[in-house]
Amino acid sequence: MNQRHSISMTVNGEAITMDVPVRMNLVDFLRNELGLTGSHVGCEHGVCGACTLKIDGEMVRGCLMLAVQADGCTITTIEGFADDPRSDRLQAAFERNNALQCGYCTPGMLASALDYIEAGGSTDRTAIRQHISGNYCRCTGYQSIVDAIAQTIEEGQKS
Amino acid sequence: MKASDFSYENPNSLNAALALLANQDGDVQLLAGGQSLMPMMNFRLAAPDTLVDLNGVKELQFIQETETSIEIGAMTRYVQLEQSPLVTQHIPLFAKALPHIAHSAIRNRGTIGGSAALADPAAEMPALLIALGATLNLQSLTGQRSVLADDFFLGLYETTLADGEIIESISIPKLASTDRTGFYELARRHGDYAMAGVAVVDRVVGDLASLRVVFFAISDRPVRDQKMEDLLQRPSANDEQQHLKEAIGQLEFHGDLNADAATKQHLAGVVLNRALKEMET
Repeated sequence: MNQRHSISMTVNGEAITMDVPVRMNLVDFLRNELGLTGSHVGCEHGVCGACTLKIDGEMVRGCLMLAVQADGCTITTIEGFADDPRSDRLQAAFERNNALQCGYCTPGMLASALDYIEAGGSTDRTAIRQHISGNYCRCTGYQSIVDAIAQTIEEGQKS
Repeated sequence: MKASDFSYENPNSLNAALALLANQDGDVQLLAGGQSLMPMMNFRLAAPDTLVDLNGVKELQFIQETETSIEIGAMTRYVQLEQSPLVTQHIPLFAKALPHIAHSAIRNRGTIGGSAALADPAAEMPALLIALGATLNLQSLTGQRSVLADDFFLGLYETTLADGEIIESISIPKLASTDRTGFYELARRHGDYAMAGVAVVDRVVGDLASLRVVFFAISDRPVRDQKMEDLLQRPSANDEQQHLKEAIGQLEFHGDLNADAATKQHLAGVVLNRALKEMET
């Protein structure tokens, strides 16, 4: 048994058609088949948030979807956020605030934070903490991450 | 870990899904939002021979209004419930409780029917459905039946769903604007499974007028207790807290990884009082 399925999707603006094992999850497909190693694999059961990515405009856990389920979908990974000016500002704020140390959670954390900022989230620290509660960081204690997100929102309000 | 191998079926209608469920040999699992089944498969706690993916069955994704109820298709995702004006208006308990169900990335995929079918005793949805007096409409190749949420959840991951049956939709009687609802849960991290939680629905008008109190994450299933409900409906006596404490003491508590039985018994009192307090304001 190694059952396969043909899938077509758009990943970071590029059309892709491939044959994949049905049991392969989406984040493994992106990393191992497409070489997009920005999305990280942490817990593989939806708790840590390191594999958070965008599919058809919505944040999902890359480890809790099969690659075959993404057939016909549009996917944006952390690599695809690179062209977004808001993402640039957020990344700069992460750097300025030391909002990362080992960096393992960072791609998922940025994805969740961007989702929050794009949805018009407020600078209220409790609201920010609630939104990123699905993303584990074992280094920073979150304080600096919340600072970076709040600053990015303030900058956006000024400009 | 990674999921073991399986055959993948992707039907685009309920009838096709029912036929697959009835005719495939071996262990056939339905895949709804996948936010619980996929972790179980990754851990190899579940290793189905055939996975029937319901995400392409669009007829199971709807939120509709009748005169007396809101009808919700089983594959409706939490995010769709959160964003639905019908739900906000007629099921305010959902608006209070949904933000506590995991995290937004999970709610973008997780479904109401998937949570009901899984019957995780720590999950919010089974308790919410009982508190709201919901009815689950089940479909098989041979017919249709409806089961009250009170009778649907039998135990740990156990429901009355028979082989070959799929939850088609869930009917929730509308709440009137004078009805009151309360919800409170305690979790180690926002969005994690609760250590203890409770949903309260106080319907003051109509045929369904009653007070319902349903705990979750304290036992092997959602726990509704008639005695406690009677107690809370009586005009408040001086020693109400003592009576409540005694009523909670009568319930059966099961410890889990989050908290032992004694802690859950204490927390059940805490969440109930906080939910009731929230209802007063």
